[in-house]
Amino acid sequence: MTGFLVRRILGALVILLIISAVTFYLFYAIPRDPARAFCGKICRPETLTLIRHNLGMDEPLFVQYWHWLVGIFAGRDFVQFGACPAPCLGYSFATQEPVFGAIVDRFPVTLSLTIGASAVILSFGILTGMLAAWKVGQPLDKIASASSVVGASLQIYFVGPLLAFYLVDTAGLLPRPSYVAFTEDPLGWFTHLLLPWVVLSIIFTANYTRMTRSQMVEQLAEDYVRTARAKGMSSRSVFFRFAWRGAMIPIITIFGVDLATLLGGAIITEQTFSLHGIGELAVRAVQNTDLPMLLGVTIVGAAAIVVLNIVVDVLYAVIDPRVRIG
Amino acid sequence: MTTVSWSGEQGTSRGPGPFLSVRDLSVEFSTEDGVVHAVDGLSFDVEKGTTLGIVGESGSGKSVTNLAILGLHDPAHTKIAGEIWLEDQELLSAGRGTMERLRGDRVAMIFQDPLTSLSPFHTIGRQIGEVYRKHKGASKKEARERAVEMLDRVGIPQPKTRVDHYPHEFSGGMRQRAMIAMALVCDPDLLIADEPTTALDVTVQAQILDLLKDLQQQFGTAIILITHDLGVVANTADNVLVMYAGRAAERGTVREVLREPRHPYTWGLLSSMPRLNAAVDEPLHPVRGTPPSLLTPPPGCPFHPRCDYPQLAGPELCFHQRPDISPESGHGDACYLTLQQKKDIRTAQIEEPA
Repeated sequence: MTGFLVRRILGALVILLIISAVTFYLFYAIPRDPARAFCGKICRPETLTLIRHNLGMDEPLFVQYWHWLVGIFAGRDFVQFGACPAPCLGYSFATQEPVFGAIVDRFPVTLSLTIGASAVILSFGILTGMLAAWKVGQPLDKIASASSVVGASLQIYFVGPLLAFYLVDTAGLLPRPSYVAFTEDPLGWFTHLLLPWVVLSIIFTANYTRMTRSQMVEQLAEDYVRTARAKGMSSRSVFFRFAWRGAMIPIITIFGVDLATLLGGAIITEQTFSLHGIGELAVRAVQNTDLPMLLGVTIVGAAAIVVLNIVVDVLYAVIDPRVRIG
Repeated sequence: MTTVSWSGEQGTSRGPGPFLSVRDLSVEFSTEDGVVHAVDGLSFDVEKGTTLGIVGESGSGKSVTNLAILGLHDPAHTKIAGEIWLEDQELLSAGRGTMERLRGDRVAMIFQDPLTSLSPFHTIGRQIGEVYRKHKGASKKEARERAVEMLDRVGIPQPKTRVDHYPHEFSGGMRQRAMIAMALVCDPDLLIADEPTTALDVTVQAQILDLLKDLQQQFGTAIILITHDLGVVANTADNVLVMYAGRAAERGTVREVLREPRHPYTWGLLSSMPRLNAAVDEPLHPVRGTPPSLLTPPPGCPFHPRCDYPQLAGPELCFHQRPDISPESGHGDACYLTLQQKKDIRTAQIEEPA
């Protein structure tokens, strides 16, 4: 297991290195000069050169990239902004704030959103899927299957405002979505984020209901399930102890893939409910051609997905002993 | 019906009548295309301490019959009629709880493919032990000790280490041994082995069959051995039931059925088997045609479309009327040909092979 983890973490570092390099070079492929944007409308060549120098943009690309990399681990000094301690992701071209600080401020919002939505997706999706499989062919199964098709066809920017209108404005059941730090007020954190979680999870939940149902039905027809029944195991134990294990493996695999999509959905959800998370930061960074911010957000987002995927792989090994060796 | 040379096992008690008695069993599946008559009016008996070999092509209803004994069919899509008596208990009318207590305890089953039939998520020891815990109320520790003992009994080396391994860490033959250990953990009275050696290579096949024989001699278990391999039947079974299209085509002791086969289908099965003492270039003679569709079984004798002799039995008889197995007990078959006619055909066949 340790070897497995070490291998996975080393692999993850390589992936992050590649992602950051690609983002870095792609940025300079954009036909827009950030230094010129910095300089304003009346821009003299000397000022432009000075700005370039201050931003460190007068050096070759690979040197700039190297500085950026070193900054993460050792910190660096900027002519314009002064010392930037490690982990340093530079300063925003647009707002002049330190990128790392901005991300750290907003990261909890997006993380809360993603983790909460994941919990809703997995618990609710798997639960309804299992119920449908337990009562396969019966009314409950049909209701669950039909509603999952409806759920899968909905969109965040449609359901979000609609639910907000009914639940928040009309019925007053929930507070208007905003971010309350979990450490300060756990209950407030929960109630204020509940609506965004539900909205973000709706499309995914429906998929997981359908997937769990079909996987369970498939597993229940497997030979080893028949063996369990032939041994005299009760239907409940066959269902939950044997078939469930098998059904969860593909579900977890798909979930690992869906995490990236979920993060993308979180960005839309943030916009829908005006939550100040990483997504908002990313959108603004693109609009402003703000390289350090864009790089920072990209690398943090990628790191989150990579780390969560390692967690998924570990879960995978816990459930399926065949994955543990090799 | 298959009266059996009762092997005089000591200390076994039984009520009146045979140990396992299947009477007029029929199993129908409702599918999208219609009703499949997988088993249709099948009767047979098995005595304690003996082995009944059930032979037949794929789809002849061998496995379906035995899944019915264990009550493993999905009731939503299956209609089962007839009676299955295990000593003094009727199984088809028994409740779910009764069947759950019976399965794995008094009646156990070994499946064809030991890789897919074992749970990949649980250790071998746990899979064996949980049967023991369920039926004997044993503690976890007792169940584990029992699992080690069973692994040892079926000839798995280092059972104390092996008990904690997963099925994927076992070879094919070892998995089937573990499967047998699992089936035998509660000392069942009846063991149903559904093609237990089909997925194994030949050397391992022989070991597994020997193992089953040994265990039967030790514990007096009744065994139903489902196979399409007549060689396996010849070596291990006491009695044979040849099935065709969900019905009994022929039954009798191994000696009777293999030495003096009476049903044209049995002849076909026997002549389609390669023989070691035959000339190398002698072709095999498969039974011509294909098994009938069980959605719309042919009228009359289900075998008549593939039979070479329907005209011998009288005009149109085989085409319209279904033969029942006769005589009632002993060596019997479901065919209208007279014994003399069969004898003549057999003699001719043996003198001049096709």
